[in-house]
Amino acid sequence: MRKKPVVYPYIPNSVPEVKEQMLRELGAESMEEFYADIPEALRLKRPLDLPPPLLSEYDLRRHVEGLLQKNRTCQEYLNFLGAGCYQHYVPAVCDEVNARGEFLTAYAGEPYDDHGRFQALFEYTSMMGELLRMDVVNVPTYDGYQAAATALSMAARITRRREIVLPRALSPDKLSKIRDYVKPDLEIALIGYDPETGELDREALRARLSERTAAVYFENPSYFGVVEGHGGEIAAMAHECGALCVVSTDPISLGILTPPADYGADIVCGDIQSLGIHMQYGGGHGGFIATRDEERFVMEYPSRLFGIAPTMVPGEYGFGDVAYERTSFARREEGKEWVGTAAALWGITAGVYLALMGPQGMMKVGETIMARACYAARMLDRLPGVRAPVFRSAHFREFVVDFSGTGKTVSEINQGLLARGIFGGKDLSREFPELGQSALYCVTEVHTQGDILRLVEALKEVLQA
Amino acid sequence: MSEDITRHRYVDGKPRLRRFHQARWDEPILFELSRPGQRGILVPQVEPEIRAEVGDILATLPAGMRRREPPALPELSQPQVVRHYFRLAQETLGTDLNIDVGQGTCTMKYSPKVHEALARSPKVTELHPLQDESTVQGILEILYRFEQIMKEISGMDRFSFQPRAGSAAIYTMASMIRAYHASRGEGEQRDEIITTIFSHPSDAACARTAGFKVITLYPDEDGYPDLEALKAAVSDRTAGLMITNPEDTGIFNPRIAEFVRVVHEAGGLCAYDQANANGTLGVTRAREAGFDMCHFNLHKTFSSPHGCGGPGGGATGVTKELERFLPVPLVSFDGQRYYLDYDRPDSIGKVAPWYGVVPVIVRAYAWAMSLGAEGLREVAEIAVLNNNYLMQKVLQIPGVSAPYAKGKRRIEQVRYSWQALYEETGVHSEEIGLRAADFGVHYWTSHHPWIVPEPCTLEPTESYSKEELDEYAAILAYVAQEAREDPEKLHTAPHNSTIHRIDHSPLDDPARWAMTWRAYRRKVAEAQRPEENAS
Repeated sequence: MRKKPVVYPYIPNSVPEVKEQMLRELGAESMEEFYADIPEALRLKRPLDLPPPLLSEYDLRRHVEGLLQKNRTCQEYLNFLGAGCYQHYVPAVCDEVNARGEFLTAYAGEPYDDHGRFQALFEYTSMMGELLRMDVVNVPTYDGYQAAATALSMAARITRRREIVLPRALSPDKLSKIRDYVKPDLEIALIGYDPETGELDREALRARLSERTAAVYFENPSYFGVVEGHGGEIAAMAHECGALCVVSTDPISLGILTPPADYGADIVCGDIQSLGIHMQYGGGHGGFIATRDEERFVMEYPSRLFGIAPTMVPGEYGFGDVAYERTSFARREEGKEWVGTAAALWGITAGVYLALMGPQGMMKVGETIMARACYAARMLDRLPGVRAPVFRSAHFREFVVDFSGTGKTVSEINQGLLARGIFGGKDLSREFPELGQSALYCVTEVHTQGDILRLVEALKEVLQA
Repeated sequence: MSEDITRHRYVDGKPRLRRFHQARWDEPILFELSRPGQRGILVPQVEPEIRAEVGDILATLPAGMRRREPPALPELSQPQVVRHYFRLAQETLGTDLNIDVGQGTCTMKYSPKVHEALARSPKVTELHPLQDESTVQGILEILYRFEQIMKEISGMDRFSFQPRAGSAAIYTMASMIRAYHASRGEGEQRDEIITTIFSHPSDAACARTAGFKVITLYPDEDGYPDLEALKAAVSDRTAGLMITNPEDTGIFNPRIAEFVRVVHEAGGLCAYDQANANGTLGVTRAREAGFDMCHFNLHKTFSSPHGCGGPGGGATGVTKELERFLPVPLVSFDGQRYYLDYDRPDSIGKVAPWYGVVPVIVRAYAWAMSLGAEGLREVAEIAVLNNNYLMQKVLQIPGVSAPYAKGKRRIEQVRYSWQALYEETGVHSEEIGLRAADFGVHYWTSHHPWIVPEPCTLEPTESYSKEELDEYAAILAYVAQEAREDPEKLHTAPHNSTIHRIDHSPLDDPARWAMTWRAYRRKVAEAQRPEENAS
């Protein structure tokens, strides 16, 4: 007996009678006719070997939720991990807006039928522009790594030079990405950090700069959470040798920290995950690039740039692509790098976040993060054998904790914390062996005093064990 | 009994076109809604003990690093923010609303709602990527299981989901081609990538970004990629072939295995851009055609929503021989537990943070699991059936043609040409699209350069009913007829959209373009100053 064909809820024309009617109207014998161009030798002559389908929505949901149940989340455990992905509070309105089907399922419509998409992204770039005090911001690229790699490539094209200078106090993953990306064109020089302050080693930088230098890149706050106090001096050094200054920052710090443009940055880049986007196991990133409104900068962006324009009706706002001819959409390999689907929905979400927070919210959240991180560092520093923060500088959100004096490794300590429902800071001992048994701790506005004291108590137990 | 309302909704038994009008809220720019002092959300208060311990924390900032002026962000209450964004949402035509067959190459299929419940679960959203592996076994298992599914669909041996969309996956393939030749001491010599003009622009652009010279092949007279041109192009400088198939014309290259053989014989690698795989799932695979690597767009073929342009997912697969070059880490299983495998010395390293756009992978996994082998084949067949059905309807409209492979079927999409209609009426393809928007649908011309004159590209996918395809064709037929009778209506379209025809001239003028509100206000003020001086 023949099996009754499945009618798939997502496939309207999977109803057998409809299929037959359509085939009839096309004068086709069977589906095979449509595949006439695919040679026999290339045909898969068996069904795909896949798990049996979960045809009902209930069965599907039960299966996937069953797998997900095995996860332990940062709501269930107390989390002090950061290092590029951050647990901040996500306002309910952010989730509400990015779940709207109109935004969620839109793609590449014209600026008429998708007017709202264009306006929401223009407003995102506009609010980022205020935060950064820069006039040009791109429609988001994939993530902060890509933003840095592209910002550095832009700098090299603008200066027509081949060496980029990066800090050694950098996420090794991010450095790996940049290395891969600039490999055909650029050389990388790494500059160390001051062992006391964690700031960029300016003497080493000065010695390295030359007429070959395309860009000096640093992060503020740094990978170690250090607020770099000499941004202006570094930018001036870059400019003196004809290089550009590229600064990566986290926009959530800019309610209280000076925007890099104000101390001389030419290109500013970073990640927007902190602005209302869940961590999603590292799936919630979007990258921004910002510059002054100068043609030589604008024409080097690979990304979409949305601009405002009039329509034939007075008083109507219209939007569209600025300088589209720069892009690979317009000119394939003659365009700048490439452009494609990236992270637009996160851009809209970050815009919602900034609209909710406003100037007061951004100042308040910055101050709260600094206060709680500072408090956490001081409490940890009081534990025997523990030193925090390792660097004598102001910190934002993250700081290095040295456990070398406890006789225990970070790995052992983190296992002990895990048993107590806590994710300890990121182990730095392999990436930065000179820091000994150190870990990078992250404290944000979501960590209450109670959470911090719970960490301290757990650490006491773990260190005594 | 009152009159039958239904009667007026049909003409000759067919439904009338919709009297569509898109939402028009005349919504101000957010900054215009700002009122000093308003708050949209409050931040947790710092506890008094913390305050007492740390004192004036901002005073600890280095001189010059404390922001002097608050950022000039708009100040809004929460309901204003919600209303504003909901209005903008209404002014956006998502796939959830329209018969979205007009955005060819984009595979605008239905994104199942149950996937949102799964991807938005705290069990996904509240995971940090550095958590101890023992606490993320569920999500690692999903990544691992989805890799097994992708291996079977493609015939490849190993996958990375790290690239965050299709073009990033294409770039990743170019980077692996570069690493492969470097590992054999031929990195300097093999510096050319071959592609075709009907492959996605990123196949050319990403290859260039990875440091290659690009050779682009044009179609032969029948619209198929030109094998003789390929033979003439390969040499000991050939690094690889990066090719979309079926191409953006919807034509499957019947000599694709021959293409692969020619490039392999020249010492190059072959990368299969499977962005257009929706019509060939379970029918033909990268493996049988001899490819070394391929990529799929999880936001297209695998149903994850397009999100206004991302986040997406670029699943990148390779054969066993190339596995060592994949980005780190891979997700492995030792029989007991799932783990992140970083011990891969020949890897190209990282192409993006962490392990990919995880919520997109969760959706794609759920989609594949809801269909299974038979269901995936059904997706492909119905997508192809729908496409050929729509083609037959569209080609009945005077003035439109489907260049190349005359009289032949297509796979999952068709690149049409309105050249005849343009010559007759002076109406451009783009204007047909703007008028079609008045009936509540999208329409896309094509990637540049326009080898096909006055192009449009339609891809119906499996998600639309026969009646919906009829409706789309009826809209195009109506608009084409109108081009003959009242071309001005198209020259000034759209009429029922949120806004009217845009003056694009400022967007290419450095003196007038404005990519932020602050730049716009500054430039408007600068432009007005001379006028004031004159008056």
